[in-house]
Amino acid sequence: MNGAQDLGGMMGFGPVLPEPNEPVFHADWEKHTLGLTLAASALGEWNIDIGRHARESLHPADYLSSSYYEIWFKGLIKLLAERGMLTPAELEAGHSLQAPAATKRPALAAAHVPAALTTGGPCDRPVERPALFSVGEKVRTRNMNPVGHTRLPRYARGKTGIIERVHGGFVFPDTNAHRAGENPQWVYSVVFTGPELWGDGADAGLTVALDCWESYLERL
Amino acid sequence: MTQHDDHHHHDHTHDEAGSALSDIALRVRALETVLSEKGYVQPGVIDAIAETYETKIGPRNGAQVVARAWSDPEYLERLRQDATTAIAELGFVGRQGEHMVAVENTPTQHNLVVCTLCSCYPWPVLGLPPVWYKSAPYRAKAVIDPRGVLADFGVTLPAETKIRVWDSTAELRYLVIPMRPAGTDGWSEERLASLVTRDSMIGAGLALPAGEGA
Repeated sequence: MNGAQDLGGMMGFGPVLPEPNEPVFHADWEKHTLGLTLAASALGEWNIDIGRHARESLHPADYLSSSYYEIWFKGLIKLLAERGMLTPAELEAGHSLQAPAATKRPALAAAHVPAALTTGGPCDRPVERPALFSVGEKVRTRNMNPVGHTRLPRYARGKTGIIERVHGGFVFPDTNAHRAGENPQWVYSVVFTGPELWGDGADAGLTVALDCWESYLERL
Repeated sequence: MTQHDDHHHHDHTHDEAGSALSDIALRVRALETVLSEKGYVQPGVIDAIAETYETKIGPRNGAQVVARAWSDPEYLERLRQDATTAIAELGFVGRQGEHMVAVENTPTQHNLVVCTLCSCYPWPVLGLPPVWYKSAPYRAKAVIDPRGVLADFGVTLPAETKIRVWDSTAELRYLVIPMRPAGTDGWSEERLASLVTRDSMIGAGLALPAGEGA
């Protein structure tokens, strides 16, 4: 979706502000937001793409005026509510007011945290069809504006680039985010020049590499 | 998106150690109570997760990978062929590092990593991303004006050095291998690793000069 998360090329935000000796967390609630998000996702009621879509479908004004962990918190509330795992009244009361909904997986135990983080969630998958494109081939990204989740940013739509690497088969986020299946596709590293993306006056020494699922691409 | 997570538009935010908590802190606490009462969040889980990223997983991991790559040409080759497996040799595996790619800076090309769509970042080698990496200014500017981003970090590259930006929009996670500083011949991996900053492995900085090593 063309949401506020799709920031590439926007202007007016001012300089990047590095913070010397930045702490891992700036406040205790950030630590707890990360922990709650990971613990809740371990229940198996949503996948990483559903999680990303929950955050990116916040109202653009809300997204842009929230800090990153606030965005995570708001996304988590939305996900829990969608699955019947939390009601607004419960959040308001700060207590459980109804029995827990059944979840796909049991709650993560503290003793299993190291193993869970070490295992992660690989999302490479076999693809039955051979790859449509090969290294060195010129391709164009589709001019697409799906209302649902996608990982093709606006700045790179309808642009011509070169396939530089074939990464293999991966879960397709555009369907996985909507519980419509993993539908794995080939993913390619496609390289675009600065002038192709940004037109006249762009940095001629710039190239941008973007990882594109096969259905984002068309042959020229 | 605001860059700093701690002190913006809550007009009654106080020190976390004080008696008053911000709205968001209160809401997070309320959520945690609800989820704990429902059994969704088990005791000790949040501390275990936080402790992992505060004490075990951080940019010192990535620095070891870089130092090994600088020291061992066979390792570098394995890193080029299959970074996930090569990085796993050093024990760095897991969440947000399942599919790794290493990209090498050279005198002719500098690499910079961003995620314009969210905050994708190689956790097992770099830890959790810094606020600036997740911020709107960085995500907006990196793909259109990477030299401007570098200037924000006080880094100027020669005009003839090309810049490759990796927008990590899929599940591949990128680790930049900065150029090895001059004057470090014969250094141990441990000493070399002391020159490898987090920012240099994102491409927002360079490795420290030999004089600043441990």
